[in-house]
Amino acid sequence: MGKTFKRPEALSENHTHYCPGCTHGVIHRLIAEVIDELGIRKNTVGIAPVGCAVLAYNYFTFDFQEAAHGRAPAMATGIKRVRPDLNVFTYQGDGDLASIGMGEIIHAANRGEKFTSIFVNNAVYGMTGGQMAPTTMPDQKTTTSPYGRDIGQTGMPIKVANLLAALQTDAYITRQTVIRPKDINKTKKAIKQAFTYQLEGRCFSMVEVVSTCPTNWGMTPVEAIKWTEDNLLPYYELGDYKTPQ
Amino acid sequence: MGKILMKGNEAIGEAAIRAGCLNYFAYPITPQSEVAEYLARRMPEVNGVFLQGESEVAVGYMIFGASACGERVFTTSSSPGVSLMSEAISYIAGAQCPAVFVNIIRGGPGLGGILPSQADYFQATKGGGHGDYRLLVMAPASVQEAVEMVMKAFPLAEKYRNPVMILGDGLIGQMMEPVEFPEDLRTEPSNKDEWATNGMSTRGDDKQNLVKSLYLDPTALNDHNLLLKSKYDQMKKEEVLYEPVNMDTDYKALIVSYGTMSRVCKSAVAMLKEEGIEVGMIRPQTLFPFPEKAIADAAEKSSCKIILSIEMSMGQMVEDVERCVKGKLPVSWYGKCGGDVPSPEEIMDVVKERI
Repeated sequence: MGKTFKRPEALSENHTHYCPGCTHGVIHRLIAEVIDELGIRKNTVGIAPVGCAVLAYNYFTFDFQEAAHGRAPAMATGIKRVRPDLNVFTYQGDGDLASIGMGEIIHAANRGEKFTSIFVNNAVYGMTGGQMAPTTMPDQKTTTSPYGRDIGQTGMPIKVANLLAALQTDAYITRQTVIRPKDINKTKKAIKQAFTYQLEGRCFSMVEVVSTCPTNWGMTPVEAIKWTEDNLLPYYELGDYKTPQ
Repeated sequence: MGKILMKGNEAIGEAAIRAGCLNYFAYPITPQSEVAEYLARRMPEVNGVFLQGESEVAVGYMIFGASACGERVFTTSSSPGVSLMSEAISYIAGAQCPAVFVNIIRGGPGLGGILPSQADYFQATKGGGHGDYRLLVMAPASVQEAVEMVMKAFPLAEKYRNPVMILGDGLIGQMMEPVEFPEDLRTEPSNKDEWATNGMSTRGDDKQNLVKSLYLDPTALNDHNLLLKSKYDQMKKEEVLYEPVNMDTDYKALIVSYGTMSRVCKSAVAMLKEEGIEVGMIRPQTLFPFPEKAIADAAEKSSCKIILSIEMSMGQMVEDVERCVKGKLPVSWYGKCGGDVPSPEEIMDVVKERI
C-alpha cells in the first residue's frame, strides 16, 4: 500500500510558529492542497499580512510578498494588473482586513480585481496581543476591552462577507470555518472554487474563515472550538453570500 | 523627431512611456492631475496599464506589488498625496524594489495651497516615511529636463533596486515648453529573476522569491540596513549631478538653488554680471545625493564672501549647504513659500544687500 497522506508540495517543511490549537496551520494546508491539485504552484504569488501570519511565507514553497498592515489587497491589485497570468492571493486577519485595511479590500472587491482573499476571522488581534478587533463580539473581553466590548461605544462586529456581498460588482464571497472536519472539507472546496474563478478570470473572490485564537481568548483549544460554535457561528453565519453571475 | 510644445505634466507621462514604463497607478491631486488624465488616454494606445486607485495609500502599494514583480511602474502625485504614499515608499525601499515617484510639489503644510513650492525637500531627501532609507532624488528645472530625468529614473531605480523620486515644483508640471524626447529606452529591467516575485514558471526555477522588509533578528536587520546604506553610499559616489553657472569668475557670492527657483537665480546672476557683480551658482540636479564636494570646493574660493541658499521653502536645503560649507563662510537663506516665485530683481537686491 502506498502513501495515502503526505505533505503538499506547496507546503514547506518548516516548523510552525503558530500557537497550539491555532487554526492558521489547517488553513495553510488547505491552500497548499488546492494549489497542488490545480497545479498552479509555480504561477502563484501569495501576500502575507501584518499579524500572526506575517511569516506565512515560511510555510509555502512559492513566491511571496509581505504587505504593510491592511494593504495586501492594493498590492494584489498591483500584481494582477501588471501580471494577470499569475495566481494571486492575500492572506489576512481581521485586524488587518476589517480594520486598517477596510478601504483597500472594499475597493479591490468593488473593482472586481481578479485575485483571492483568504480572510481569517478570529474576532481578535493576534500578534499584538489580543486587542479588540472590529469583529470582536459584544461583551467579549480583550486586552483593550477589559470590561467586554461595549457596542454603545464601538459599534457592532462587522460582518465582512455580508458587507462585500452587498457591492454590485460580480464576486464570489463565502464564509466558512475550520473547527470541525466537515467544515474543513467545505473550506477547502471554497478555496478551490475561489482560485478556479480567479484562473478563469471571472471575478474577485473572498473566503472568510471563522477561526480560533485559544491563546488570546484565554482558552484551551477544545474550549476555543466550543466557544466558536456557541458565540461566533450564530453571528457569523456560514455559507455562500455571493456567487458570480 | 523635432521639438513639440507640451505641458510639463503631460510630458512627464509621455516620458515614462518612452522609458518603457507601461504601468501607471495614481490618484488625482492638483497640480499634477494632468499626468493621470494624459495617461488615461495614452496607456490604452500602447497596451499599458492605467488604474486610478482609491487613495494615495492604496496607490503606493499598487506600485509596490507591481514593482515586486519586476515590472517597470510609476506614479505621480503632489505633496499631501506623497505624504500618504510615504508609508509604501518606506516599505519599497526596505524591500529593495525599483519604482519611480514624481512629486509635483504644492505649498504646505497641511492642505497649504496649490501653487508651486519646494517645501517637500526634507520629505524627499531626509525620509518622509519611517526607517533608515533614502531616495535618489532628481530636481528638474525645465520641462525638457523633467523628461530626461524621468527617462533616466527607471534604469537608476533598477540599478539600485530603490525608489527614485523626481521632485518638481508646481510650475514644472503646469508650464508649457518645447520638448525634444530622447531616444526611447529599450533596456529591460535587469536581474529581476534573482529577486522578483514574478512566478517560478516565469523564471523556470523552483526557488521561492520573497519580497519583504521584516527582519526580526537584530543582527539580520542591522546587516540589512548596512546593505541599504552601502547603496546610498554608492549613489553618493556615482550619481551626483549639478550645473555650475558663472563659476569661472572671481565670484563674490555663491548661490545654491534648484528647480524653478534656479531659473530665476540664473537670470539674476546674468543681470548682476551686467552691473559688474560676479555671482557664481551651483544648481543641484540631484538633491540626494547632494553635490557636497562641488559646494565645499566652491566655498574655498578666496573672492567669495557669502553663500546663499535660495529656495521656495522656509530654509530646508540651506541645512545641507551649511553641512557642506562647514562654517568656512557665512551661509544665508532667502526664499518664499506661499506660491509666488521670487523675481530676478528681488534676488539681485538680496545678493547686493548681503554681499
